Amino acid sequence: MVIRIIKNFFKRMFSEIFRKKKNISLGFYGPPNAGKTSLANRICKDWTGEELGTVSKIPHETRKVQFKERVEIKYKENSLIFKVVDTPGIATKIDYEDFMKFKLKKKQAQIRAKEATQGIIESIKWLDDVDAVVVVIDSTENPYSQVNITIIGNLVARKIPVLIVANKIDSKKSDIKKCEAAFPEYDVIGISAKYGTNMEEFYESLFKLAKKTT
Amino acid sequence: MSKNKARKIEGGLTLQFIPFGEIEKLDSTSRIKKLLKVIMGNKVIVIQGRLRPEEETRLIEDTMIMVGSVKGFKGIELAVISTNPEERTVMDKIKYGIANALVGQTDALTIIGPAAIIKDMKKDPSKLEVMMNK
Repeated sequence: MVIRIIKNFFKRMFSEIFRKKKNISLGFYGPPNAGKTSLANRICKDWTGEELGTVSKIPHETRKVQFKERVEIKYKENSLIFKVVDTPGIATKIDYEDFMKFKLKKKQAQIRAKEATQGIIESIKWLDDVDAVVVVIDSTENPYSQVNITIIGNLVARKIPVLIVANKIDSKKSDIKKCEAAFPEYDVIGISAKYGTNMEEFYESLFKLAKKTT
Repeated sequence: MSKNKARKIEGGLTLQFIPFGEIEKLDSTSRIKKLLKVIMGNKVIVIQGRLRPEEETRLIEDTMIMVGSVKGFKGIELAVISTNPEERTVMDKIKYGIANALVGQTDALTIIGPAAIIKDMKKDPSKLEVMMNK
């Protein structure tokens, strides 16, 4: 009897020590240039000291899914481990001539366009491998774009928990009220990934989102 | 390039209305195939109803495959206009829920066109503006 109690005690103690925390696969989705990589970078920089990818004013800078494993985020007394998955922006059209407006040469623009189309396909495929999603929208743009609605509709159909982040609130053109009105069924968190504004509220919402994955 | 422009002006804009009954019995693959075939014919489609969410992403995926493989094809513009769910009564919500589960959302209009013809679609809750390429 006594031996069994001691055995169980050590078993519980060791299993607590060596229990691996669940790695929540957290996808960042949205249209191009909304600031998905900027936000993923800020999170990774805050908690691992390293950024995830490069950002640019030219749309479709992220053309391959990039991720960082085991990013431990602490909020108040709790901590959670995420796999941060940054995806290429989803669009319904790609025109290499649009890239030439950013002074890319024709050949470079064509390569970028080709890679961007592949990136969009990859983004959609990754929907099968995420536990929760942060949809990043640009608060200076019209939130009613079909891409935003299609992404969110898909996540709802797949029963994947969603958090909507309206980025670029530092801009004068930002209209957070319009973003909130467009998605009345969701919490919309206004942030500036560039300047780190309102990240505390973002992390609070992220922990609420993570709870929905269990 | 100028030849293409001339052809567009000569040909004008063709709108093709697809009643829901025409795609109702098709599986997702056949629906998307049918829509893309019309779009590739440089026509703008107006569908009674809307595609299922997974069909909308499938349409985007297939469009991207075509952008990468069909010369001159730049993609599509897509917009859906539907009634505001908040304005529905409880009975309406149940009715729409059952109908959506069985056949997809029919109380909507979906507009899809080739990006070469439609420059942009701007939507807000009450109106949809379609901007054409010159």
